[in-house]
Amino acid sequence: MSEQNHNGRRVGEVVLDLQNISLRFGGVKALTDISFNVKEHEIRAIIGPNGAGKSSMLNVINGVYHPQEGRIVFRGEERKKMEPHMAATQGIARTFQNIALFKGMSVLDNIMTGRITKMKCGFLEQALYLGRAQKEELAHREKVEEVIDFLEIQHIRKTPVGRLPYGLQKRVELGRALAAEPSLLLLDEPMAGMNVEEKQDMCRFILDVNDQFGTTIVLIEHDMGVVMDISDRVVVLDYGKKIGDGTPDDVRNNQEVISAYLGVAH
Amino acid sequence: MPEVASSQAAHTRNLTGETFPRLLFHHAKVRGHRPAMREKYLGIWQTWSWAEVAENVRALACGLAELGFKRGDNLAIIGDNRPRLYMTMAAVQCLGGVPVPLYQDAVANEMLFVLQDAGIRFAIVEDQEQVDKLLEVREQLPQLDHIIYDDARGMRHYNQPFIHDIEAVMAMGRIHHQNHPDFLDAEIALGQTTDTGVMLYTSGTTGKPKGVCLAHEAFISAAKGGCQFDNLGEGEDILSYLPMAWVGDHLFSFAQSLVAGFTINCPESGDTVMTDLREIGPTYYFAPPRVFENLLTQVTIRMEDAGAIKRKLFAWAMDVAKRCGADILDGKPVSGSDRLAYSLANLLIIGPLKNVLGMSRIRVAYTAGAAIGPDLFRFYRSIGVNLKQLYGQTETCAYVCLQPDGQIKLDSVGKPAPGVEVKIADNGEILVKGPMLLKEYYQRPDATAEALNAEGYFMTGDAGFFDDDGHLKIIDRAKDVGKMANGAMFAPNYIENKLKFFQYVKEAVAFGNGREQVCAFINIDIGAVGNWAERRGIAYSGYTDLAAKSEVYELIQECVEQVNVQLVEDGMLADSQIHRFLILHKELDPDDDELTRTRKVRRNFVSEKYAVLIDAFYAGKTSQFIETQVKFEDGRVGKVAADLVIRDAKTLPVVRQAA
Repeated sequence: MSEQNHNGRRVGEVVLDLQNISLRFGGVKALTDISFNVKEHEIRAIIGPNGAGKSSMLNVINGVYHPQEGRIVFRGEERKKMEPHMAATQGIARTFQNIALFKGMSVLDNIMTGRITKMKCGFLEQALYLGRAQKEELAHREKVEEVIDFLEIQHIRKTPVGRLPYGLQKRVELGRALAAEPSLLLLDEPMAGMNVEEKQDMCRFILDVNDQFGTTIVLIEHDMGVVMDISDRVVVLDYGKKIGDGTPDDVRNNQEVISAYLGVAH
Repeated sequence: MPEVASSQAAHTRNLTGETFPRLLFHHAKVRGHRPAMREKYLGIWQTWSWAEVAENVRALACGLAELGFKRGDNLAIIGDNRPRLYMTMAAVQCLGGVPVPLYQDAVANEMLFVLQDAGIRFAIVEDQEQVDKLLEVREQLPQLDHIIYDDARGMRHYNQPFIHDIEAVMAMGRIHHQNHPDFLDAEIALGQTTDTGVMLYTSGTTGKPKGVCLAHEAFISAAKGGCQFDNLGEGEDILSYLPMAWVGDHLFSFAQSLVAGFTINCPESGDTVMTDLREIGPTYYFAPPRVFENLLTQVTIRMEDAGAIKRKLFAWAMDVAKRCGADILDGKPVSGSDRLAYSLANLLIIGPLKNVLGMSRIRVAYTAGAAIGPDLFRFYRSIGVNLKQLYGQTETCAYVCLQPDGQIKLDSVGKPAPGVEVKIADNGEILVKGPMLLKEYYQRPDATAEALNAEGYFMTGDAGFFDDDGHLKIIDRAKDVGKMANGAMFAPNYIENKLKFFQYVKEAVAFGNGREQVCAFINIDIGAVGNWAERRGIAYSGYTDLAAKSEVYELIQECVEQVNVQLVEDGMLADSQIHRFLILHKELDPDDDELTRTRKVRRNFVSEKYAVLIDAFYAGKTSQFIETQVKFEDGRVGKVAADLVIRDAKTLPVVRQAA
C-alpha cells in the first residue's frame, strides 16, 4: 500500500493509535470515547469549536493529562502512565497555544533548550566547558544553527525573544520544538493571531518540516482554509466527542461538522 | 610561414591581454592561500582561498561545457550575493560566454523581458523561489534549456531533467577536467580582451531595459583606475550585499576584487547585513545614500531613547567631531586643543560608534546613485569615515568621476577619474569618453547610435557643469530639467533631493513643468516619523493612518518651508518654491512600478497614476479622495483608499535683480 500525502511523501504505518479515550476533570467530561490514529509522515489536524477538547487531546498525547479510560498505543507499545518529559525523550515535541518561551533569553538560547534531552554531560562538566562538554556543545550548536537557517531567522539569532513580534516568536517556538529532532510534532494553534503573510510563511515551514525531515505532525488550528490546504486527514471534535474523521473533502461535506460550525437551521 | 607567424601573434596577444579568467588563475598562482571569498553559513564565516575559487570555477566551467554551454551563449544569474554565483560569472567568462545578472527581487514577468531579450539558454539561480519563477514563465522561454540551482533546500521533488543541482554540475565538471585536462586552459586562451565580459541591463527608467555589453578591457580598466586612485590592494575586505545585477556591485565585488586580489564577503541573508557588516569590518565599503541615511536614523533614534548623561556625552562628541573631525581626516591643520578633544571623543564615543556601525576599519567608502544630504555626508566624514562620492553609469562601468582624498566638496561628484575624458555639451549635458565605455547595447544598434555620438562620446543624459576647481556638479537628468510657465528653470530632482535630506521625508516627487507653481508629493519615513510620533504620544495604526495625521502634516510643512528658504538662496531656482504639498497614503514601491528596482522614482508613471491628485493641486482643492491598487510581495492585489489633505506652504517673495 503506497499512499502518498499531498506533500509527495509516502504515508506509512500507524504510529499513534488512540482508542476510546475519555478524560474527566471531576464531573466535567473533557473528552468522551474518542478514537483516532496518526500515521507516519502525515499531517493530521484536529479541529473543532471553542471548548471542543482539542488542546486536552494534545495534552493527552504528550502525557500532561492522563485519561481515565482508553488506551494509547505509540509505536506499537501501549503507553503506561507517564510524565511529559518522557514524551520528549520518545521523540514527541510540541508548541503551545500561548507562546511559552523564555522571554529574556536570546533566540539562540531558547532554541538550544530544545536540545536539552539530548545533552549527556553533567552540570559540572558543562560549567567548566571541558573537552567532552565542549565537543557536545559545538555539535548541539550546529544543529541549532541548522534550525535557524531552516526557519530563516538568522537576523534575530541574538535578539531576546521578548523583543520580537508575535509571528516571529511563534516561529522561534517551532524552532525549539524542531531542535529536539522530533518524530512526532504537536502544534497547538501555530497560526493563531497571525496576519495572512505570517500564516503563509508558517504553512510553508510546516509543510517543509514534514517534507524534509519526514516529521509526523498533529496540529490544532482554527483557520479552516489552512487546515483544508495542508492536512492529510482531519479529526473534528465537538463538546469532547468526535463528530468527523477523514480527508479534508470528507470533512467539509460532513453534515454534522457543518452543523457544529455553522449551526443548524430549524 | 604565414600560419606560424599568425599563431605566434595570437599567442602574444593572449599573454598580454588581460581577461577576468586570466586574472583569477593568476591570483590562484601568486596568492593561492589568501582568502578570496567568505560567506556566513550556519553562523560561521566560511572561507574560500583563491586556489579553491579557481578550482571551483574550473569545475563549474567544465560542468557547464558538459551541459552544452558554448562560446557566445548568455547565462542568466538570479539570486542574492552568493560565492558560487560570483564563481559562475568567472566560469561563464572562461568559456567565452556572457553572464547576465538579473535583479533577484523582480517577479517572474519582470524578468521575462530580459530573459527573452538576451536569448537565455542557461540560468543559474539561488534557490527554489527563483526556480519557481523561471518555471512560471518557462512556456514563454522556448530557448531556455537548463536551470541550475545553488541551494538544494525544497528541491527534492523537482525531477525535471533540465533542472540541475550546482553540486552535480561541478562533479560532472571535475570528471570532465580529468578526461580533458587541457580543455579549459585552451578555452581561456581563446578569450579576447575585447570580448563582452558581462551584460548588465539598465534599470529601465526610460522605456524597456537595454542590455549593456561591457568588454573585459572596459571593466578591467575601470577597476584598475579605481584601485590605483584609492591604493586598493589584496588586503581589502568588502561586503558584497548590493544586487549583483547592479553595475556598482559588479565593479566592486567582481572587477576590482579580481584586479586587486582582495576579499569579498557575502552576508548570511538580506536581513543580517548590519550584523555581518559589524563582524567583517570592511576596509572598503560602498552603499547608496539611503543606507547611510538609515544607519544615521537608527543611531539618532537610539540616542534619543538613551539616558540624559549618555545623550549629553554624545552631543558633546558630535560637536567636537563637527568642528574638527573632517579636517583631521583631510590632514588639514587643526589646533592642539581640538586634537586633544577629538582624541578623547574618539575614545569615548566616536570609536565605539564606528565599531557598532561596522566602520572601524574603513579606509575608503563610496556612495553614489542619488544625491547625499550635506548633513549626512558631513556626519560620516566628521567621525572619521572617509566617505566620498563617485559618478558613473552602467554604460561607463560606474566609473566617470571620483572625489580625490582630501579634496571633498559636498555638492560635487569629484574630478574625472584616471583615463576618463569628460566634456560638457552646449545644452549642459555631460559627455564622457574613455576605455570603460560600453561596447554596444545588446542587439540594439539604434540605441547604441543614439547613446554614442559621432566623436565617440557617451551621452550621459545628465546635466551638469564644472566648478572653478574642476569638480563636476550634477544638476538633474537633462531631460527632466524643464521650464515653468514663466520660463524659469525647473529641476525636479534638485528639489526632491533637498526634501529627502530631511530624515522624516523618505521620498518626494515634485511637479511644475509648464505650470505656474511647484507642488509636491511626500512619502514620510515610517521609522523616523513613527518614532517622532511615539515620543509625542500620537497613536497610529499604520502608514496610511500616520501619514494623514495633522501633526505629521505640520512636521512636513516645516521641512517644505525650509526647502523653500534654501531654494530662494539658490537664486536661479527661487521660482521653484513649493507652493502646495500632500503626503501620499501609501509608500511608493517598485512592486507597483512606481520606483525602479534601484529605487528611483518613475516620474511619468507616477504623474499618470496620480493625475487626479495633481489636478487637485492646481484646482486649489484642499482635499482629494483617491483609491489605489497595491501589489503585495506574493503577487496578490489589494486596495488602499484615503481622503488626502492638500496643504499650502509658506513661500518667500522672489526678489529679482533689476535689469
